[in-house]
Amino acid sequence: MTYLIAAHFLAAAWSPALVRMLGRRAFLVLALVPAISFAWLLPRVLTASEGEPASESYGWAGSVGLDIDLVLGPVGGPIALLVTGIGALVLLYCTWYFKPDDTEMWRFTAVFTAFAGSMLGLVLSDNIYLLYVFWELTTVLSFLLVGHNPERRANRRAAMNALLVTTFGGLAMLVGLVLLNVATSSTRLSEIVADPPDASLTVHVAVALVLLGAVSKSALVPFHFWLPGAMAAPTPVSAYLHAAAMVKAGVFLVAVLAPAFSDLVWWRPTLVVLGLTTMMIGGLRALRQYDIKLLLAYGTVSQLGFLMLVAGLGTRSATVAGLAMLVAHALFKSTLFLVVGVIDRSTGTRDLRELSGLARELPVMLAAAVVAGASMAGLPPTIGFLGKEAVLASIEDLGTDTGDVVWGAVALVGVVAGSVLTVAYTARFLWGTFSTKPGVEPSAISRKSQWFGLAPALLATLSLVLGFAGHGLTEILMGAGAAYPAGAHEPELTLWHGVSLPLLLSIVTVVLGLALFVGRRAVAAGQHLVTDHVWLPDAERAYHRVIRGVDRLAIELTGRTQRGSLPFYVATILLVVAIVPGSMLVRALLSDSTDISVKLADRPLQVVVALLVAGASIAAVRSRRRLRAVLLVGLSGYGTALLFVAHGAPDLALTQVLVETFLLVTFVLVLRRLPPFFSTRPFTASRWVRVAIGTLTGTVVAVMALVMASARRADPVGDDFAGPALDYGGGKNIVNVTLVDIRAWDTLGELSVLVVAATGVASLIHLLTDRAARIDRSPAGDGGQRWLGRSSSVQPERRAVVFEVVTRLVFHAVIVFSLYLVLVGHNSPGGGFAGGLVAGLALMVRYLVGGRKELDAAAPVDAGLVLGLGLATASLAGLLPTLLGGGVLQSAIIDVPLGPLGELHLVTSVFFDVGVYLVVVGLALDVLRSLGGGIDKHETEELTEGSPA
Amino acid sequence: MTVDLALVVAIGVLVACGVTLILERSLTRILLGFVILSNGINLLFLLASGAPGRAPIIGSSDERMSDPLPQAMALTAIVITLGVTAFGLALAYRAWQLEGHDDVQDDVEDALVMRRAHDDQTSTSFDDVNAGMPDEEGVDPVDTTGGDQASTEPVTDEVKDS
Repeated sequence: MTYLIAAHFLAAAWSPALVRMLGRRAFLVLALVPAISFAWLLPRVLTASEGEPASESYGWAGSVGLDIDLVLGPVGGPIALLVTGIGALVLLYCTWYFKPDDTEMWRFTAVFTAFAGSMLGLVLSDNIYLLYVFWELTTVLSFLLVGHNPERRANRRAAMNALLVTTFGGLAMLVGLVLLNVATSSTRLSEIVADPPDASLTVHVAVALVLLGAVSKSALVPFHFWLPGAMAAPTPVSAYLHAAAMVKAGVFLVAVLAPAFSDLVWWRPTLVVLGLTTMMIGGLRALRQYDIKLLLAYGTVSQLGFLMLVAGLGTRSATVAGLAMLVAHALFKSTLFLVVGVIDRSTGTRDLRELSGLARELPVMLAAAVVAGASMAGLPPTIGFLGKEAVLASIEDLGTDTGDVVWGAVALVGVVAGSVLTVAYTARFLWGTFSTKPGVEPSAISRKSQWFGLAPALLATLSLVLGFAGHGLTEILMGAGAAYPAGAHEPELTLWHGVSLPLLLSIVTVVLGLALFVGRRAVAAGQHLVTDHVWLPDAERAYHRVIRGVDRLAIELTGRTQRGSLPFYVATILLVVAIVPGSMLVRALLSDSTDISVKLADRPLQVVVALLVAGASIAAVRSRRRLRAVLLVGLSGYGTALLFVAHGAPDLALTQVLVETFLLVTFVLVLRRLPPFFSTRPFTASRWVRVAIGTLTGTVVAVMALVMASARRADPVGDDFAGPALDYGGGKNIVNVTLVDIRAWDTLGELSVLVVAATGVASLIHLLTDRAARIDRSPAGDGGQRWLGRSSSVQPERRAVVFEVVTRLVFHAVIVFSLYLVLVGHNSPGGGFAGGLVAGLALMVRYLVGGRKELDAAAPVDAGLVLGLGLATASLAGLLPTLLGGGVLQSAIIDVPLGPLGELHLVTSVFFDVGVYLVVVGLALDVLRSLGGGIDKHETEELTEGSPA
Repeated sequence: MTVDLALVVAIGVLVACGVTLILERSLTRILLGFVILSNGINLLFLLASGAPGRAPIIGSSDERMSDPLPQAMALTAIVITLGVTAFGLALAYRAWQLEGHDDVQDDVEDALVMRRAHDDQTSTSFDDVNAGMPDEEGVDPVDTTGGDQASTEPVTDEVKDS
């Protein structure tokens, strides 16, 4: 079964390619998938009564109870046959429904096939969470199918309505399922139903929420309005999703849960009331429609109410009858929709006031529609008649089977009334579609392929054939009925029961229904009178009011909170930081248990450095010259590095110095183009506000530092790192081992950030130019390849030849040193970050000396390549251990004997560190090429164009 | 634990200066503030981790060593600061290239939303009830886009001067 579902999704993934190759004929290939599934399922469903149902189980996310538990259950089995069988026929039908040049076909095939797979998964799920996953998959895919033509506003709205309503129900259902899981401590539907929990409040709420999901999905009142809107979808979709498959999900769920919960005191009344209301509203609306597709849509709403009611009654005979009715409905409704599709394509209209004379023109469609219509109206000898008779018989027995005499009577009267409407709108459909109307031009027909009518004809035949297979059907569907104790009468689907109440009621229904159809003008006038003069609650309008309310709320809230000013946002965040933890700090300071002892510093030098750092920072804030501010910030950064050293963090200090240097130069590279002074603003109050917020935040953080450091009682976690660092990480420099081994995941994340930042820098500067084209590999005229040739991008009078020579001589030594830093980093200060930065600085000096051509000569590779190589190296170094049976990012220590050279103590995390090194070098290269070379280029371009910005 | 007052003062001043600069509108100043602020926070990490000690390298001496974990975190933070600042500088340069200055402007979209809230309107993406009949084929007639016209109204004059 898993393979069947997976095959659908696989086919969906390949279908766009298939469409490109085969065009419309791709549908024929895709139809094979559900067809084969049908062939596999059919014998198993037919023999399901013998022995245990087929089931499969695979682990997925066991910790949340989500496993792939599939079972071919007594309810799910027959529906799975419908889903696959009708799915195959509808796909077949699509071959001729779509125009050969339809440009959206590739998407349609993929979504439709995936939908068929999800639906199959839904009815086969035995795990409640798996069921939910498939449930929501059908919701999303249905949204895409309804919105197949997004060019129309009404279509987008219809798709959105369907999505919102069913997702709302789905979420409610998820909460209900979680509660059920809690109440029963099982996630398997079969177990929950076999051993239902006692009716506690949790169970009541849980079942109500699940029912809400089912009701919304099956378009019962008050959620019925999304279904007619969903007719924006192509007609095959309506036939499949909105008649045969998806809307049956709610009925399926109710039928599965009914054995366990139908005795809850509110279950039966709720479903009877909702079902009957839906049945009546749908039927009455169907009588008012002129679009035959919409007529069928409202008919579906009506039928869904009927099915839901019967499925929820919870007796043996009602379950068997309900499932028979479900099968009947799927067959006749898909037939009718497909007939509508043929007529729409042949005549170009679906308006029954314009259709005329089709009976003569499309006799096969007429025959199919008449058979399906007979099944819909409950006329013998169709399966619809069998189903409806059985339903009436089971409702008649409801009083004796369950003791619910009152609701039994209500249901019986209601169902008969609803069926009268069904007969009436069936007659309206058949008459409206096929009759020759006086005064209406006979519709012009464009002939289609004769295969077009194959699928509806086959389905109609099935409706007829199954009408004579009542006994076999009863046996198959008895599997679901066996969950209940035997009732007053055993359910029996048959054409002839003898003269009984159901038969009499059927006759009454048909007579009254035809009477309604004959007197349709009076009925229509009566309906208009009521709708025009009586206020009736309108679910759709209420829904739109809610949606509009949410929209307005969002606008008001956004309008009030989103000022669009960055300083405002930052100030808000910082004030919260200052005030909330700040007030806690005040409490901590006031409490007696806080014990703060301070000393000035460990060494006098620290005091001097701290003052230097503070002074430089304050001066940077006050500076109005950009360059001065940058230099002062650099000064404070170097000072910070000294404070790191004093605290016993040489790695940190090393990195800080390197980064500070790199940043300093990068700032200068950009600032050479910006105005020398910060923009002159009036000396306003806002400046003092900024200073005040800054001072407040600074004070809070300083006090926080004081309190936190004083509150330190436990030994730091890091103390325990020493042993593992040496034993497992194989290094003496604990900081470096932490980076490349103990917390290597963090580092891997950081590398990704660096890659993204570097790519961002490059793409902001080189907006249009191709990355690879940025390296100038051309020999560039005379002496391009010569050492200190004239190809330098610096003007001859500005070249510093001594500097250039020294740089070139030292460059390689520095690069070797940077690699040395990477290798020794495991045992002494250094590592990938420091090494990469040293190499980056070496490249920077080359650029500063000789411009961008010199940089290209020094590193004739693309920065993106280096970045990608680095990330790939680090990831591979992380993944390789898993192939060798270890954990991700686990490192191994290998001693490689090198003969007379001694032994190489190789720790595999060094490869990870090489990845780090490469990423940092790539970042440096990208920054230099963009903020250095890129800006140079812009400058020269402007000069040559003579139009400075 | 006895706390080094010098470090506490340094942290306080660094954070205060960083925050003051970050609240500016000039991107250069914001970035400088970002650098100063991260220096302050890195120091805070170190201070909070406990008393200073020798370098966390096994076998360097017998003294008590400093805590390596916050150092590793701060090291990561320093390098990230480099990457983000470089990106910010590219943004500043680009802003200068396009606008002639590197000041962060107020968001125009937010101003539009504010105006809609003030006028009690719905969002631009809200679909009204009268959207016509759905159909699987064809497109809307051109004149049904009435709801979107409000978004083209000029409101920029309000935004510029703040």
